[in-house]
Amino acid sequence: MSRFNQFLSGLLLATAATLAQAEVSLLNVSYDVARDVYKDYNPLFQKFWKAKTGEEVTLKQSHGGSTKQVRAVADGLEADVVTMNQANDVEFLAEKGLVAKDWNRKFPNNASPYTSAMVFIVRKGNPKSIRDWGDLAKDGVQVILPHPKNTGNGRNSYLSAWAWALKQPGGSDQGAQAFVGRLLKNAPLFAAGGRDATTTFMQRRIGDVLLTFECEAELIAREFGKGEFEVVYPSLTLQTEFPVALVDKVVDKKGTRKLAQAYLDYLWSPEGQENAARNYLRPRSAELLKKYAAQFPAVKTFTVDDVFGGPAKAFATHFKDGGSFDQIYVSK
Amino acid sequence: MSRRRAAQEPRWVRWSLTAIGLVFLFAFLGLPLAAVFVEALAQGWSAYVAALAEPEARAAVGLSIGIALAALPLNILFGVAAAWAVAKFDFRGKSLLVTLIDLPFAVSPVVAGLIFILLFGVNGVFGAWLTAHEIKVIFAVPGMVLATLFITFPFVARELIPLMQSQGKDEEEAAISLGASGWQMFWRVTLPNIKWGLLYGVILANARALGEFGAVSVVSGHIRGETNTLPLHVEILYNEYNQVGAFAAASVLALLALLTLVAKTVVEWRMQKEMAMLNAELPPEKTA
Amino acid sequence: MSAPHSPPRVLPGLGLGLGYALVYLSLIVLIPLGALILKSSELGLHGILDIATGERALAALRVTFGASLAAAAINGVFGLIVAWMLVRYDFPGKRLVDSLVDLPFALPTAVAGITLATLYAGNGWIGRWLEPLGLKVAYTPLGIVVALTFIGLPFVVRTLQPVIEDIEPEVEEAAATLGASRWQTFVRILFPAIFPALLTGFSLAFARALGEYGSVIFIAGNLPLVSEITPLLIISKLEQYDLLGATALAVVMLAISFVLLLAINLLQWWAANRHRGSVVEGARP
Repeated sequence: MSRFNQFLSGLLLATAATLAQAEVSLLNVSYDVARDVYKDYNPLFQKFWKAKTGEEVTLKQSHGGSTKQVRAVADGLEADVVTMNQANDVEFLAEKGLVAKDWNRKFPNNASPYTSAMVFIVRKGNPKSIRDWGDLAKDGVQVILPHPKNTGNGRNSYLSAWAWALKQPGGSDQGAQAFVGRLLKNAPLFAAGGRDATTTFMQRRIGDVLLTFECEAELIAREFGKGEFEVVYPSLTLQTEFPVALVDKVVDKKGTRKLAQAYLDYLWSPEGQENAARNYLRPRSAELLKKYAAQFPAVKTFTVDDVFGGPAKAFATHFKDGGSFDQIYVSK
Repeated sequence: MSRRRAAQEPRWVRWSLTAIGLVFLFAFLGLPLAAVFVEALAQGWSAYVAALAEPEARAAVGLSIGIALAALPLNILFGVAAAWAVAKFDFRGKSLLVTLIDLPFAVSPVVAGLIFILLFGVNGVFGAWLTAHEIKVIFAVPGMVLATLFITFPFVARELIPLMQSQGKDEEEAAISLGASGWQMFWRVTLPNIKWGLLYGVILANARALGEFGAVSVVSGHIRGETNTLPLHVEILYNEYNQVGAFAAASVLALLALLTLVAKTVVEWRMQKEMAMLNAELPPEKTA
Repeated sequence: MSAPHSPPRVLPGLGLGLGYALVYLSLIVLIPLGALILKSSELGLHGILDIATGERALAALRVTFGASLAAAAINGVFGLIVAWMLVRYDFPGKRLVDSLVDLPFALPTAVAGITLATLYAGNGWIGRWLEPLGLKVAYTPLGIVVALTFIGLPFVVRTLQPVIEDIEPEVEEAAATLGASRWQTFVRILFPAIFPALLTGFSLAFARALGEYGSVIFIAGNLPLVSEITPLLIISKLEQYDLLGATALAVVMLAISFVLLLAINLLQWWAANRHRGSVVEGARP
């Protein structure tokens, strides 16, 4: 019954004008697999903030598909900060005037406090001896990945394969497109999302190789056991960024700018960086990278800015309707 | 409710139809339900209970039930009113009206969420006004109730219309011509007749309201512990590789669906009691 | 038509019932859908048609409507058997089976999709029996039909149940005493009585299948031109921040669904009236 009362009061509260809140609170709108990172990070920041200012701060989390989340922010979800896994999603908010145009220079490292890399997960013993992107386009290899056009995870794999093909001797955009086309022909399905791809590969035992984030490998081990698969690092892969930004419009309205800025700044503090490393995300701090070297083997990476001229351009060229992905499938 | 029948199918027909029906239900409903519980209990009973005892899970259960309870009465009222008008009267454009009632089913849940964003989002039709008055509709509970209303809109009406149509209006007309008032006729004649259909409609609408993901997901904002319903909670847990938690939460929804059993049994029991009382007072002849 | 001898509109409540229904319908359904149509109209008819007639969009529409129709038909046949069995026959565990019917609604669609994909995958409880027979279900259009059958099942069963419960046994008994076989009774008396409700259940299951997204994407495979459904394309547009394109596809689906549902409802209306007429004539000697 108290739940119902709570609900009723929530209904009233929400319908009535939102009163100025007595306690300071911050809403962090984030992508869908970030819960562990921020679940651990938030208490660290609360302690830090309390020590610094004596203020208690309530931190609220919202998680969902990255693009869905920024659309909600653009439509009025009052996020003080966004912590995403796709730069073009923050770009979208910048276009809408909610986030500064130069958001990626407001914080160090392209405003991405930690990174990850796209890797291969293969079956125990690597029976199809898959070592590099080229092996994925061979006959008889089945590749499992999330939808390359509709999911961030899938897009990252797509761009990684493209960049690898481009960097091969004699590589060209045309050749890269043909290569990616052959690779995608080896995909028996496009999974609904990263988690669905994992279930398909691990539980339903479909496919020879799964394309995913390095940090997911650890989650997979937790769920399915470490001995069940191997991680393969290709010769070149995408360094995926996790951009963060202040939502100017909201923090100015709510008067939370200082707090929100501190919340994001703290991600680069030693504690914040170590928290990322503990959650299998590559910290920016060189020192910590060394400390966690066993967990993060050296791998040659590129960024979307290096090869594709920025996230917005990469998105427009490859994933908009009529882009390179559509050209692979539609004849005209 | 067991009625004696002079006319029955031959035994082999009865048996084979029952077998076909049961095999179909087993394959399409029984196995998925079993699979949900197998996943939910994969790490044992204590992990299952722990997953449900999590404060966020409990908040999600409360919110889901609250939204369903808020959406139901309005849709029941609408369903009875619409079915009464459609089934008992002839007027122009009736098929059009019925089709419009069906339409929310054909709208993809995501689109159903989207239309409320188009209306109440900051850039929506009423966005500027709502922002000026600091009223929150979407990304708050009211928007989620609205989306649920839309999704469950047709159930009660659609359940009642074919039933009331097949019953015709003779009984009601008789009641009126015997001098009953409109409300008397409704409570004494119509409602007892449509009780089953109404119950099914309510149960279906309730199940759907609890289980709805797509539309609610678009308007919820996904704020943990505040605007996360149980299905949204399930998605987040699944994406976080918390399979046991996700399926445990899903199993709660499945169990809520089994409440049908309880509701139906209670109604049946009360009806039998009423019948017994009626039979004691009146001569046993029941006229159709 | 049902009772030609009685004066029209003896019953009260048309104004109240219809009035309330229309106001509520407008608030919850028509105005929101109007907003959708208004938004898409920014594209103009040409723009909308351009989006809807692309190769992928057409393929997706075919898959969506084809699979929905197939699923609704399967539900029509088996739903009738299940409803009949639940009302007319007694067997142990009947109540439990009865309550199980609502499961597809209460289970979040994503859970349904994940569970069905697991069951029908090559190593799943069902898939392992089907795949040796050369029948691949998960990640093919067949998988879409399975998911849509699952989510639409309650409609047919629950629409038929109260109507079957309502059939007066006297009519059947009379037919039997007059020498009709059980089959004749079914074809001539029972089926016409059930048919309108069956059509309703069919059209609801069909409508619901058209819009379904959550369960399908987990079992469909989502390959362009093969197993992509229209709601997935709508999501794809939204992933490109293309709200207009998404509304365009939504409006096209809405228009086609509206026409199909209207046709089914007219048919249903005709069947109901015809049946009511015949029963009135037949039941009153």
